[in-house]
Amino acid sequence: MTRLLMKGNEAIGEAAVRAGCRYFFGYPITPQSELTHYLARRLPEVGGLYLQAESEVASINMVYGAAGAGARVMTASSGPGISLMQEGLSFMAGAELPCVVVNLMRGGPGLGNIGPSQADYAQATKGGGHGDYHMIVLAPNSVQEIMDHTRRAFDLADQYRNPVMVMADGIMAQMMEPVDLEEDNQIQLPAKPWAATGTAYHEGRNVINSCFVIPEEMEVVNLRLEKKYQKMRQSEQLCDGYLLEDAEIVLVAFGTASRLCRSVVDKARQRGIPAGLIRPITLWPFPYDFIGEIAGKFKCMLAVEMNMGQMQEDVQLAVKGRIPVYHYGRLGGMVPVARDILEEVIKLYSGGADR
Amino acid sequence: MKKVFARPKTLKDVSYHYCPGCTHGIAHRLIAEAIDELGIQNTTIGLASVGCSVFTMDYFDMDMVQASHGRAPAVATGIKRVLPDRVIFTYQGDGDLAAIGTGEFVHAAARGENITVIFINNAVYGMTGGQMAPTTLMGQVTKTTPFGRKKEINGFPVKVCEMLAPLEGSAYLARVAVHSPKSIIQAKKVIKKSFEVQMAGLGFSLVEVLSTCPTNWGLSPLEAVKWLEDNMIPYYPLGEFKKPEGVA
Repeated sequence: MTRLLMKGNEAIGEAAVRAGCRYFFGYPITPQSELTHYLARRLPEVGGLYLQAESEVASINMVYGAAGAGARVMTASSGPGISLMQEGLSFMAGAELPCVVVNLMRGGPGLGNIGPSQADYAQATKGGGHGDYHMIVLAPNSVQEIMDHTRRAFDLADQYRNPVMVMADGIMAQMMEPVDLEEDNQIQLPAKPWAATGTAYHEGRNVINSCFVIPEEMEVVNLRLEKKYQKMRQSEQLCDGYLLEDAEIVLVAFGTASRLCRSVVDKARQRGIPAGLIRPITLWPFPYDFIGEIAGKFKCMLAVEMNMGQMQEDVQLAVKGRIPVYHYGRLGGMVPVARDILEEVIKLYSGGADR
Repeated sequence: MKKVFARPKTLKDVSYHYCPGCTHGIAHRLIAEAIDELGIQNTTIGLASVGCSVFTMDYFDMDMVQASHGRAPAVATGIKRVLPDRVIFTYQGDGDLAAIGTGEFVHAAARGENITVIFINNAVYGMTGGQMAPTTLMGQVTKTTPFGRKKEINGFPVKVCEMLAPLEGSAYLARVAVHSPKSIIQAKKVIKKSFEVQMAGLGFSLVEVLSTCPTNWGLSPLEAVKWLEDNMIPYYPLGEFKKPEGVA
């Protein structure tokens, strides 16, 4: 085991390399650019390729081609670029192609700014692109987790033959933390007999396609995809709980916001307020089961997000109206301040929850 | 008895969905014959695009990847970078390539991407129902230029080969037509050469094939080939616009 001080962006790149990813097609955008800098140097060292595309539209379609040819492949961007990739993500979901897409969110809508944000939650978890599809969305909250979840994302993508998104923000991308690197790096890449590699290299004829003009056929495909998404919902929900045993007021937050909320919980406890924290790690599938099962024990929940309450809706769906779910958010690239969240918690706990 | 003519091995034995008189079938056959002659059917991956040509995936007997509208050269780039020893070609219409896909084909050429683009130019959007394409001729009547294409409103038709010629990454650029037996024989030679350029690793190749769309042009098949000859060839001259040194 080696312990290294790494930046979030670098950890994503190194994790990808260690997961057997040899191709990165991308387009620079702040705050993700250091990831491309890292991979432009790192991939050639392992016989891989970093190719800078002319746009995010081209990047995701290069990813589509490389995935169709059987490679482990990744791209990364931030909100405005991810918006341009939605077409490709829908096509990859339709053609059942695995890939990893990293979204390091910034302020929006529009060009917005380069400050950290969580405002792409709905885009990532509710479709984004056209048609009925889903992708697993992982939300790490430390550089170690960035490393672990990026690596895991490749396995999930191959397992389900589906795009997987790793979603964080500018703070997670830029911050440095110690990371434990596994020495053992034996990667067993799964066989991909379905890939379009030329008929000399596999049985029969492989066609990578999402076009089904006959409605009866399209419906069969949609139902088959839905079965797959159902399996993801059953098997992949992931979340973390903190001091939930005796909690009365529970904060729900992911990524950067969850780190702040953890210290808010500690501070609240010092003041005698029984607070706890639920941290969704998969944003899709959202941990409805875990939250739903324990929600009745609490008095209320407070979704803390760097958006206007996009995840709050999922928390409300999980608690099914049994307890109130409030929201506290900072926007536009602003990061919530622990003191302000604590004030909100005190207000709610002392009965000021009239919003 | 000596067999002098047969279906190319690279074409599946299925009926085309194309309209009567459409020249997609001829272009398919020429590509398939070239692939047969080069013996590369098992190592070639074709890309179907969006529009009438989306169903090339049902006709070419090889691995196929269907790309989204205009993006085939980017998808081909991804495949080729992973599998550099395979032959990769895209088959794209004028709406797909010269309108929505302008960014992708220009930059694939600029990178010198070692792929072949077969560009079917019939001066109109086919499957979508006969709307103006970037290649629609001045004065040409389409569903969205009911009074004829006017420069004041729609600008000028795009000449793809001429546009790509100055790019250093483009290795082989040629325009052919499939309206007469003579032009078809020439088109076959050129298509085969475009694959040979890729196989030699010389860079980006594109063959523009002037084609007919009798249905959307509102002409009979015979009137359509005449219209192509009288109207398209004068604006889109045939020939090789660029070829690598040492290629005959």
